[in-house]
Amino acid sequence: MDINKLIKALHPLERSVLPVLTTCTTLDDITRITLLKEVEVMRSVQWLQNKKIITVQEEVEEKLDLDTNGKKYRDEGLPERKLLKILKDKTLTIPQIKEKSNFSNDELNICIGILRKKAAIFIIKEKELVVKLSDRGKKLITKEMLEEQFLKKEFPISLKELKDEEKFAYTSLKKRKKIIKTILVKTKNIQLTDLGKKILDHGIESTDIIDKLTPQILKKGTWKHKDFRRYDVAINVPKTYSGKRHFINQAIKYVKRIWMDMGFKEMTGTLVQTSFWNFDALFTAQDHPVRDMQDTFFIKNPKLGKLPNKVIVEKVKKTHENGWTTGSKGWDYKWDVNEARKNVLRTHTTCLSARTIATLKENDLPGKFFSVGKCFRNETVDWSHLFELIQVEGIVVDPNANFRNLVGYLKEFFNKMGFEEVRIRPGYFPYTEPSAEVDVFHPVKKKWIELGGSGMFRPEVTKPLFEKTIPVLAWGLGLERSILDYYEIKDIRDIYKNDLKQLREVKLWLQ
Amino acid sequence: MPTINLNKKAFEKLIGRVLPLEKLKDRISYLGTDLEKIEGNEIIVEVFPDRPDMLSIQGFARAFSSFIGSKKGLRKYIVKKSNYKVVIDKSVKNIRPYTACAIVKNISFDNEKIKEVVQIQEKLHITYGRNRKKAAIGIYPFEKIKPPIRFIARKPEEIKFQPLEFSREINGRQILSQHPAGREYGSLLEGLSKYPIFIDANNEILSMPPIINSHKTGKITEQTKDIFVECSGFDFHVLAICLNIIVTALADMGGKIYSMELIYPGKKIVCPNLEPRKILFNLVAMNTWLGLNLKERDAKNYLQRMGYGYSKGQVLVPAYRADVLHEVDIFEDIAIAYGFENFKEEIPNVATIGEEDGFEKFKNKIAELLIGFNLIEISSYNLTNKQDMLDKMNIKMDYVELENASSDYNVLRTWLIPNALKILKENKRYDYPQRLFEIGTIFKKNLKEETGIEENTRVSVVVSHSTAGYTEIKQILDTLLSNLSLKYSIMETEHNSFIPGRVGRVIVNERKIAYIGEIHPQCLENFTLEMPVAAFELNLTDIFKIINKE
Repeated sequence: MDINKLIKALHPLERSVLPVLTTCTTLDDITRITLLKEVEVMRSVQWLQNKKIITVQEEVEEKLDLDTNGKKYRDEGLPERKLLKILKDKTLTIPQIKEKSNFSNDELNICIGILRKKAAIFIIKEKELVVKLSDRGKKLITKEMLEEQFLKKEFPISLKELKDEEKFAYTSLKKRKKIIKTILVKTKNIQLTDLGKKILDHGIESTDIIDKLTPQILKKGTWKHKDFRRYDVAINVPKTYSGKRHFINQAIKYVKRIWMDMGFKEMTGTLVQTSFWNFDALFTAQDHPVRDMQDTFFIKNPKLGKLPNKVIVEKVKKTHENGWTTGSKGWDYKWDVNEARKNVLRTHTTCLSARTIATLKENDLPGKFFSVGKCFRNETVDWSHLFELIQVEGIVVDPNANFRNLVGYLKEFFNKMGFEEVRIRPGYFPYTEPSAEVDVFHPVKKKWIELGGSGMFRPEVTKPLFEKTIPVLAWGLGLERSILDYYEIKDIRDIYKNDLKQLREVKLWLQ
Repeated sequence: MPTINLNKKAFEKLIGRVLPLEKLKDRISYLGTDLEKIEGNEIIVEVFPDRPDMLSIQGFARAFSSFIGSKKGLRKYIVKKSNYKVVIDKSVKNIRPYTACAIVKNISFDNEKIKEVVQIQEKLHITYGRNRKKAAIGIYPFEKIKPPIRFIARKPEEIKFQPLEFSREINGRQILSQHPAGREYGSLLEGLSKYPIFIDANNEILSMPPIINSHKTGKITEQTKDIFVECSGFDFHVLAICLNIIVTALADMGGKIYSMELIYPGKKIVCPNLEPRKILFNLVAMNTWLGLNLKERDAKNYLQRMGYGYSKGQVLVPAYRADVLHEVDIFEDIAIAYGFENFKEEIPNVATIGEEDGFEKFKNKIAELLIGFNLIEISSYNLTNKQDMLDKMNIKMDYVELENASSDYNVLRTWLIPNALKILKENKRYDYPQRLFEIGTIFKKNLKEETGIEENTRVSVVVSHSTAGYTEIKQILDTLLSNLSLKYSIMETEHNSFIPGRVGRVIVNERKIAYIGEIHPQCLENFTLEMPVAAFELNLTDIFKIINKE
């Protein structure tokens, strides 16, 4: 590497640090001498190391440090010092000492033990046992003990650096609880490499190098004939995040595009619907289990909603009861208007399809419509179940449509979703006949997976809504399945976790 | 959906063929049932709820053998006449008004067959019988019964018998509180002053439907040869089909069906009626619906493959089929027999123009703008709870509650900011600043609406970091609204979720469209947040109306 280039690339911090490295070998020394902040020194050492101008060797050394009691005794004094003070002018019994000193039994025993060892106190038996200072003890009151001197030292200390009397204090304190602990301290030994030495020899001071281009420099034109400090262009930079749409909405946008490309018009509607639109208009019998509390969310208040115009309600009612003029037998029961008025959180977007059909006139046909929206099921949440789901659904209302056309639309739709092979199997939905499950061949997993449902609306659905029986092709799928697949998420709950790390780092929906 | 377990050997015997495993799997799923698994000698199949007649090994095998062509067409079941009578007393009229009954003789029961009978009964109870509410089924050893049988309602205290698998005789009320079946289904008799019973000529109680049979006269054993079957409920038609499903399965088991005379107050009905129903067949309508071009004889063949008969333009629908309401049900069966896999796709050349909903388009525009502010979109549930939505936000307001949801998610959200704070709480461990937005629906009561609930779309924006404050959040609002060419004013207001003096109401065209401010430290503490948060929540439904001059 060209030394000149290297020198030009030196950061101001590096320029401050480099010269002192002839005498300093530790971070502390460098910081002290350069008067830079510790992090600045650390950063420049890192850069210099990257450029092979210095070598940094980490050394691990065992050092002594104060533990919790050690710090406490340094600040408040050793307990034996406290005891000496208490006994200064009087002789006390053990319980009296305890009361005055507030020592725990443990502490008290240790203190007495230590002072006896130092021959600073003696214990005599009068009526009770009493503790009395000895002459030596009285002297100690004014004299600092070795242990106390030791605690005042600047920690951590290397064991090697201890003088003899410090070693004595250390051994005596070491035996006591939580005063001294040993810790492992990492130190960095920093040495100039040959390259580093060459650079220093060459000289790094230069007034001709511009660090930051500023408006002043531009205004005065002082950049001319000067060099810019060279950057390490491969350097790591702190992370920054872009604004982003939630991946659910990216997926929705994607699937909407497919529908629109296929000539479908969007349907929207409210999340709360009357049972009439969610169930009755779709010929779901009023005693069908899907209308039970354990499947569908009902609204507590307002419990009941309003029904649409009487004509349509009457037709739906008759169709349920006896088939009306649809050619059906109907469900052969008494249809209850209040059951139909019950508000529910829509269990499928098919209610929007029913509402759309009810608004169509003969000359609106053929019509193609789609919806993408939230639906609700009374499910206990676990790794594969949620109570809120996104349903994607489309209908083709066309007097000439038939089941083969449905197969055609399905293939086109799922091809656009990225699945080349599509097949159908018989299925069951209360409002379609025929009904078909849609399987696609997963190109990565190399197997058939069930992805959607489809069918042709029953005449019991279309005739009361549109006035005459008309073929309506319908199909749909849950979007979560595709999201899980695209992002390789295993647990469906993670889709709504809103984990910021996930949202910041997740890839865009690139389909 | 209900599943049934089939013994593979017994199944193969019934269909008269042994199919290779792959073929068997394939055919089961193309018949319109979902194969759960085949393991050793056990086949588990999911049956769609419209085909209760396939909920027994006999019924399933019957449909399957037609489908694969080994035994096609309408099955004939002979009902022998008998003089056995069931007298329906007028006392059951408001209790459990109907029953449909039959006798099946000459069945040689073994352990396997008893299990099969129990399975049919259980599966029908759960599905077609709607947990015994719509239909309850009783099966009895006929040898132990002396006809005529009476169906009658009595006071619970006057009903005394030893219920099935119980050690002693107890009364009707005790059955509901002491017997497991009583505890499970007792609610079906709740509030009635009398309970229904079947009782024979010896005054021996056979059962107390829809709860439990008698241990003495209501238990099938390996010694049983002849059985009495009854279905009870509220709709005779439903019960008759339920009875047909059972007796045809028992006949396939080798039994001989005998009729019974049901003597209702004022009318007599002979049961069971296994005559097929006749439906006019419209070949053209079928071909139009399915997009096929089948000849009559093809259609006939396919009908027979689905167990129907066909004669002179009429389809003969078996008496055990509960699902045929309309000719389209028959069309579907033809499609199944033709093979869903054989339908050639065809896309008609129909030109229509694709179009996104205007408001949806608008919402996307707003989202794109906000992304430009380095905001990350979040997406939360519409369901929440009062504590998070109101209590922690230190406010009170009316809200829409669900009837039947867990307490964590039993309220429809009235505003979005609480969910955003909850999400900030979950993300405390990550780098700040955290800047989020959400576009979502909010709900409030409004009796003018069809459902009594008004739904609006709002956008919430929250920014959280050590210096987050009013200036920053107002900058976002200001740019957002000026991008929409909207002039606005902000008036000082009070809102308990925000710091007093640092919360404003945003007004456009005299409509109040947003709150903006710094979130109150008490609310932050309630969500255990340790970073300041500034936020606004804007009504997009109203903005869209203003822009479109509505």
